[in-house]
Amino acid sequence: MTTKTDTAKPPSPAARDRRNHVPGDGTASAAAVEQARKDMLHEARDLKRTRIGADVLCEALLRQGVDVFFSYPGGVILPLYDVLGDYPELRHVLVRHEQGGAHAADGYARVTGRVGVCMGTSGPGATNLVTGIGTALLDSVPMVAITGNVPAALIGKDAFQEIDINGITLPMTKHNYLVRDADDLPRVVAEAFHIARSGRPGPVHIDITKDALQQETKAEHPTDEDIVAGLPGFRPNLEGHGRQLKLAVNEIAAAKRPVILAGHGVLHAEAWDELKAFAEKTSIPVAWTLLGIGAMDETHPLAYGYMGMHGWKHVNRAIQSADLLIAIGMRFDDRVTGNVRTYAPYARIVHVDIDPAEIGKNVAVEVPIVGDAKRVLQALIRMVPGTPMDARTEYFDQLAEWKRDSEASSWHGSGAWRDGLLSADYVVERIGELSDHRATYVADVGQNQMWLARYTGFREPNQHVSSGGLGTMGFSVPAAMGAALGRPDRETWAITGDGGFQMTFQELMTLVQDRIPVKIALFDNKKLGMIRQWQEIIYGGNYHSAHLLGPDYLKLAEAFGIPAIKASTPAEVDDAIRFAQGIDGPALVWFEIAEEQNVFPMMPAGKGLSDLIEKWGGADE
Amino acid sequence: MTDPNSNGQVPAGSPVGAPAAAPAHAAPPPRALPGSGETRRHVLVAVVLNKPGVLNRVSSLMRARNFNIDSLAVSHTDRDDVSRMTITLHGDDVAVEQAAKQLYRLIDVLKVQDVTSEPTVEHELALVKIRATESNRDEILRFVELSRGRVVDLVEGSVIAEVTGTESEIDTFVSLVRTYGIKELVRTGAVVMARGSSSIEEAVKK
Repeated sequence: MTTKTDTAKPPSPAARDRRNHVPGDGTASAAAVEQARKDMLHEARDLKRTRIGADVLCEALLRQGVDVFFSYPGGVILPLYDVLGDYPELRHVLVRHEQGGAHAADGYARVTGRVGVCMGTSGPGATNLVTGIGTALLDSVPMVAITGNVPAALIGKDAFQEIDINGITLPMTKHNYLVRDADDLPRVVAEAFHIARSGRPGPVHIDITKDALQQETKAEHPTDEDIVAGLPGFRPNLEGHGRQLKLAVNEIAAAKRPVILAGHGVLHAEAWDELKAFAEKTSIPVAWTLLGIGAMDETHPLAYGYMGMHGWKHVNRAIQSADLLIAIGMRFDDRVTGNVRTYAPYARIVHVDIDPAEIGKNVAVEVPIVGDAKRVLQALIRMVPGTPMDARTEYFDQLAEWKRDSEASSWHGSGAWRDGLLSADYVVERIGELSDHRATYVADVGQNQMWLARYTGFREPNQHVSSGGLGTMGFSVPAAMGAALGRPDRETWAITGDGGFQMTFQELMTLVQDRIPVKIALFDNKKLGMIRQWQEIIYGGNYHSAHLLGPDYLKLAEAFGIPAIKASTPAEVDDAIRFAQGIDGPALVWFEIAEEQNVFPMMPAGKGLSDLIEKWGGADE
Repeated sequence: MTDPNSNGQVPAGSPVGAPAAAPAHAAPPPRALPGSGETRRHVLVAVVLNKPGVLNRVSSLMRARNFNIDSLAVSHTDRDDVSRMTITLHGDDVAVEQAAKQLYRLIDVLKVQDVTSEPTVEHELALVKIRATESNRDEILRFVELSRGRVVDLVEGSVIAEVTGTESEIDTFVSLVRTYGIKELVRTGAVVMARGSSSIEEAVKK
């Protein structure tokens, strides 16, 4: 209770300070907060057009060669939308959810090798981007994500749609920025693109306050030299060390059963020609990781196959018996090695990676080489003595025998599974075949992803798009959207399960509105297939939440205005694929696949590559 | 592998692809994991750009990568735009090397060096507020003097002693005066500099 004497007393200095922590009455910060609040409420458009921060952003994007970006408007990023009309060369794709925008930028980057760009507003717009940024980080995809933020004076005040997005993206980007001054924008945007694409690629986030977007500025754009000079802490090492290269050459000369492990780094470095030349000169078979798919044409005599948890048995066999692994641009992920203690027990390892932190992280290696895959391979090709195929006859005979054995035991037969519905691997194979193995194929996550990786038959680099590291369900449709815009010369297939599809199918409307011709292959087993498979094999058949209801997908597609067709038997598959291919625009094929088909072989988590499960309950998949 | 009783599973440990050259009875030795597993105290020196958020980036990375920092001291160097961090942590050699490499990936980090095995000068500073009475004050002051510390505040009932030295020297002092009662204790964490004429700050990324 306040007594009369208390209120009568003049406020103590401490009490006055307490009241004044809310800036008031004539202080500079109070005026700034007031102005910012007013600006938030009244979007007064300046009719006399001066160059503002939003213009600088558009200019900077164009200077970086950006032709399309994926975004969603919101309160604090509206100053950008106010000027976008003046930059018709910048194509803006209005996504239906910022996560879709981030995945689209990701898909665009993966098929083009260029930096993908996505944007969102502050608060929920920014947090919705986060899954997409994380996906890009784990797969080292060059991306620049841009968000608006509340005016600088309101930062830290829990303003409407304010969240500390800089703090959120800090551990999941290669670098991030908060820009409060339009004069900083040219430098920051140029740095962001440089960082995103140089060395080991990755996502960079730029958070820009609303007042920085609105501020008038004369800031000039920096030159490439300025950018490099301004980043003294960022000097990726591209050339392999000469002594390490010599050691690698010695290892290769001594090896009897060598295997090349090609990863995503080969694609990032555009080193596929060098990989082929190196393999051919040394007569060493090439295996690839999930993200290394496309590093080598699968029909090449030295292309051996896809490794890892759901990789081909013959490939894992070759790795387990190898005496030398030459790992290029891959990171010995747990999905590739399984239990490290039993991984490739006879092999010495040469590890080439552009990121020094990847070397010795997951496995101990004999010869580390830090450098760009392309340049290291060029050097190795110069240095290694040639080895003809006949010098390894016994080895190649063994490899061929293993391959025959492995492929025979995984054959799907008629195309129908034992419940009479479609065998998923058959459908994937038909899609590959009917698109001449030349399309872009974008996987979702789970069984569909593994079937796609195993059975499509890839011929070219950057045809295969898949969320490998983060394993982001719902990736397929939005990423295919970006991939289709990045490579309009190729057909684009989104291969997705019914689970992942139901996570992000709002982007169907974006496909329609922006006329993006993605062909969607929906693999509907009315299940979360990989969950069901794990529950069957590892959790004793306790199928909690594996069963998934779905809508009538034909009606769904019709509601979106997308032509669709359903295929439930092998005889209908080819026609359905051709139907989708014949549509000028997006199309959907609803494949009713077997409900309980498993992906085999399978390496249970924590087990080794030699512990593959190939059958379950007597069923041959 | 085709044993009908095995329910299709390959028995654990049987190599699918044992090479013909290896004797069938000899199971391959397990692959060595990176690092010896023997943990010891390491001292890392990081030269970083003096920008807002750098400390946050470093500490966030160490947390995310599962490294536990024992102490971290940071201040700017002779150049206003460059700061220097001294980080002490426990781990095996490979784990700490991994931490250093991860730090090096940060755009604002110019140089990271593990100086654990080098001859260095390593000091930290502690302020200790010790409970003192008429009867034991002289004794406390003598301890402070013997520990090459100095008294920076002396009032009725307590003494603030400032001591500098290595981590273990300060540990010793603290345990020595603990019997009188420690009212407050603050330590800066170690700062370290390599002996000799070489300079980590001059050797930053070119």
